Amino acid sequence: MEYVNPLTGFRVDGRRPNEMRQLKAEVGVVARADGSALFEMGNTRVIAAVYGPREVQNKGQQVNSKEALVRCEYRMADFSTGDRRRKPKGDRRSTEISLVIRQTMEASILTHLMPHSQIDIFVQVLQADGGTRSACINAATLALADAGIPMRDIVTSCSSGYLCSTPLLDLNYIEDSAGGPDVTVGILAKMDKVTLLQMDAKLPMDTFETVMELAIEGCKAIANYIREVLLENTKRLECQRG
Amino acid sequence: MLQSKTFVKKTKAGRVQKVVREHYLRDDIPCGAASCSTCGAVEHPLSADAAAILVVDTNVVLHQIDLLENPAIDDVVLLSVVLDEVKNKNLAVFNRIKALCSNKARRFFVFTNEHHRDTYVKEMVGESPNDRNDRAIRVATRWYQSHLGENVKVLLITNDRDNKRKATEEGINAETVESYVRSLAQPGLLDLVVVSTSGDVTMEDVEDLRPSKKKVIYNEHKPMSEITAGLRCGIYHQGKLRVNRYNPFEAYVGSESIGDEIVIRGRSNMNRAFDGDIVAVELLPQDQWHESKSFIADDDEDEEDDVHLAPNNADDAPRKANPTQSTVTSSADSVSSRPVGLVVGVIKRNWNSYCGSLEPMPMPAGSGGVAHALFVSKDRRIPKIRIQTRQLGNLLDKRIIVAVDSWDVLSRYPSGHYVVLIENDINTRPFSTQVLACLPPLPWTLSPEDLANPNRQDLRHVRVFSVDPPGCRDIDDALHCTPLPNGNFEVGVHGSNKYAKCNFDLQWLWHIRSISIYTDIADVTNFVHPGTPLDEEAAQRGTSVYLVGQRIDMLPKPLTEDVCSLRADVERLAFSVIWEMTPHADIISTRYTKSVIKSCAAMSYVEAQARMDDSRLVDPLTVDLRNLNSLAKIMRHRRCERGALTLASAEVKFEIDSETHDPLDIGIYQIREANQMIEEFMLAANISVAEKILKHFPLCSLLRRHPSPTKEMLEPLLRTASSVGLNLDVSSSKALAESLDNAKAVYFCSGDLTFSEYYHYGLAASLYTHFTSPIRRYADVIVHRLLAAALDIAKLPPLFQDGPQLTGVADNLNYRHRNAQMASRASVELHTHIYFKTRPTDTEARIVKIKANGFIVFVPKFGIEGPIYLTPKGDKGGDWVVDEVHQRITKPGTSISYAVLQTVMIHMEVVEPQPHRPKLQLTLI
Repeated sequence: MEYVNPLTGFRVDGRRPNEMRQLKAEVGVVARADGSALFEMGNTRVIAAVYGPREVQNKGQQVNSKEALVRCEYRMADFSTGDRRRKPKGDRRSTEISLVIRQTMEASILTHLMPHSQIDIFVQVLQADGGTRSACINAATLALADAGIPMRDIVTSCSSGYLCSTPLLDLNYIEDSAGGPDVTVGILAKMDKVTLLQMDAKLPMDTFETVMELAIEGCKAIANYIREVLLENTKRLECQRG
Repeated sequence: MLQSKTFVKKTKAGRVQKVVREHYLRDDIPCGAASCSTCGAVEHPLSADAAAILVVDTNVVLHQIDLLENPAIDDVVLLSVVLDEVKNKNLAVFNRIKALCSNKARRFFVFTNEHHRDTYVKEMVGESPNDRNDRAIRVATRWYQSHLGENVKVLLITNDRDNKRKATEEGINAETVESYVRSLAQPGLLDLVVVSTSGDVTMEDVEDLRPSKKKVIYNEHKPMSEITAGLRCGIYHQGKLRVNRYNPFEAYVGSESIGDEIVIRGRSNMNRAFDGDIVAVELLPQDQWHESKSFIADDDEDEEDDVHLAPNNADDAPRKANPTQSTVTSSADSVSSRPVGLVVGVIKRNWNSYCGSLEPMPMPAGSGGVAHALFVSKDRRIPKIRIQTRQLGNLLDKRIIVAVDSWDVLSRYPSGHYVVLIENDINTRPFSTQVLACLPPLPWTLSPEDLANPNRQDLRHVRVFSVDPPGCRDIDDALHCTPLPNGNFEVGVHGSNKYAKCNFDLQWLWHIRSISIYTDIADVTNFVHPGTPLDEEAAQRGTSVYLVGQRIDMLPKPLTEDVCSLRADVERLAFSVIWEMTPHADIISTRYTKSVIKSCAAMSYVEAQARMDDSRLVDPLTVDLRNLNSLAKIMRHRRCERGALTLASAEVKFEIDSETHDPLDIGIYQIREANQMIEEFMLAANISVAEKILKHFPLCSLLRRHPSPTKEMLEPLLRTASSVGLNLDVSSSKALAESLDNAKAVYFCSGDLTFSEYYHYGLAASLYTHFTSPIRRYADVIVHRLLAAALDIAKLPPLFQDGPQLTGVADNLNYRHRNAQMASRASVELHTHIYFKTRPTDTEARIVKIKANGFIVFVPKFGIEGPIYLTPKGDKGGDWVVDEVHQRITKPGTSISYAVLQTVMIHMEVVEPQPHRPKLQLTLI
């Protein structure tokens, strides 16, 4: 299948290879949580809620009492994909993505400022259309910021792939299931440090570099957007306070 | 810039599912016109001073592609909605239009109307997808007109009556193809216009064909829904229709649902299906299965030929002899098992362009007017085709190519139009300037950088030589053989394009070769770099085509005959495979390297053979040859023990008159020991390379396999063999080769199959690839690149990361390879005809197959096979009785009988029963 039209250079959904899907973010969507956010990348829509920092509930899980314990739970809603199927909780894929998100967020949270406490991040996929783990990380970042948890930097994530000999930014579900390489990158935007890098196919070194470069560009664009959203949110809060 | 709009689509994948996809609408899509100042510039704009910018409808692209390919039509806008529709309906046409759009010499512009903010059209309630697309085309046309302003004329070309009417109502300039072409005033162009069928505009005024008077000749095809339903419940059977090459009124449909082949007899039962079409077949009741009356009665086409006698060919090889009346009477129950059916619908058409000539006819009165003519294809499997032409005088008595457009129930013959194309799809055009620009500067000499390259071994001191057919100029492989102090031999195979001992570094071709017997293969990859126009051209052509006295090259001549050719006494770059072998031909070690070689001799097979045979010669070169030969003999023996086939397929050789290009003499190509010696080392090099690349790239190696033949395929051979007491001789191994023809060796990508399927039956090798002829086969070029990457000399080109693309390349190579073979065969056939036309000959022949009304003979002297009839035309062989078991045909009451493998005297001459369709006729004397 032609994922990039050779005559016009457009992708199946009308984007150019280096274009992202439309982003949309909303902060404070779950009133109960300490921080929450809704994040959309095209048709992929996830919601994240953060509880904490609060007292460690299960002391057994605490490894180092001088640092905060970060926990993460990733779930896909039963209705998030085309066919509605009940998925068992804690399947391998969810467990892996939970772990990935936790590690990525841990790299940015200043855990040493919050000893004897725990932070819970819940991410739920409402609608899946490729790139869910990137969207979850971005949503988690927003939710953490909304909860006022101290962080080193904004963590953002974006995926890119390589199809029809072209590096493509932000794969949607059709492109993702094409079987080509799928590179997910997470970075600390200002510090320019990579916190996550995953790829599930073979790619020659030099091609890989251009593909990863593209994903990093995408991450930076997302970081700018997130910063804008947060700034606006802060302004709104300021107004409310008067 | 990004406007998102989602639309909802329902797809059926077992169950109904709602699919939601994003669809971005944008405002930055250029219109492609050079005169437009608002849009960004594009690479190949539509010309600024075009008389009109044409927007074409889907049906125009689908049916008038020959017209669009004509350079007179230019400045065409193709909407993406049109391209999508074309792609869904006819992939072949889509590929042609795609080639047109990417052709820089033509001004075809693709406008992505579906993603443009102003031209996107949402389906309205109750509107069919077709109507929506038509509306989208009109909206886009209108947008173009308003976007470009009044001084540019935008013209919608459509043959759809409804669309044209609506367009005119909406104030869009719209014309039919015919009226537009007429306005161009180029009469030749009108021939390319496909006459539209009844549903479209032009017919109504042209001819309102008194339908009552027209006779319906064929049954209507069943609607698609009925066919699918019928297939599911087993009433109909699906399969590919293959017309008997020797009897166009009989066809077979291989059906999986029955597990046997269904016979279709007569044109009316074939119901307008062409050879190669995928059809749905309904079985006739069993009591009609032997009825062969329908067979000839239905058609008035002069049946000049035998009906039954078919040589040993792919059409009937896998099964028993045709059931005929004579066999029915003699052994009534044994042959009645083949089901007979009739075609109820065509699922997929295989309409192509066909080569042939017009049936002779008187010139109609007013020349220049439209004349109807009947076209007779060279291929007898194709029915006559009706065409309309305005240049009848030009076309009569010429070889022309015609494309089929339609075949309705009212007409006996399909209708088509005249085009010009290349048969067998072989590209004979000269290389383009872009391609030639990729060539290294000439004259090419070895550069110091090549010598300094650490990956390139200097083998100029080694005694390398090549052995090739006489007159061969594209030498792509060479050998050397050096005795080592420990008593072993070093054998090298050095590759270029044929056997020669020059090392070539063709930067863009491939490198092979080395054995302590070195095999040096021309280093074509050194000159042919991936992704260059030269490489793309070579990949397209796939292979050089060898015709009698002529060659159509895959690569430009300077490369094939000079820079890459491992000629004698020049330094050339090569890719070498070097083995260390014991005197018992056991390989101790294998090494692969790029190299520089200097061939000391480019010999022909005859010369090499003479040297080996002349016991007085003891010079080092001759000793090398003899060493190689003895090693080759051991290797060959071993290979045969493993079960490799040695097929003496008869290759015909011509001596050509240099002035007239007419053949002067004809004979069988002689295989000498020297040929076998070279072949042996090339096989060994190929196998070694296959092992190496597969080890490094298990998923993306290009290999060659040959599936084992099934028992059925070998059955005719076994029957022949048993009738003579299992004594296989020349003609029967030919039969074996023919049986094996059904399971052809093919290229494939190693990731696509499991290891056990890699087997090459004919060579009895578990792995095989093509490495030794990079000058004339593109597969070898790919393998050179793989090997270079495996040796860490070069990077693996990106192509190899893309599985489907690599599979596509392999498929193209198989296709080109087959076409090249067919072209070579056709060339041999042509020259055979020319030869025997002036020289009717009496000669000895051997019977290879018995048929109901005659037998097939093989003429060893010329390597020709053909039918001999014992009964006059039309007679079904009633006088003769066939003994299937003993493969014998006898005339009851007389002592005359013929058995398989018997030698007979025959007379050969060329007759021309139909104009421009000469054939070689064999008669018994």
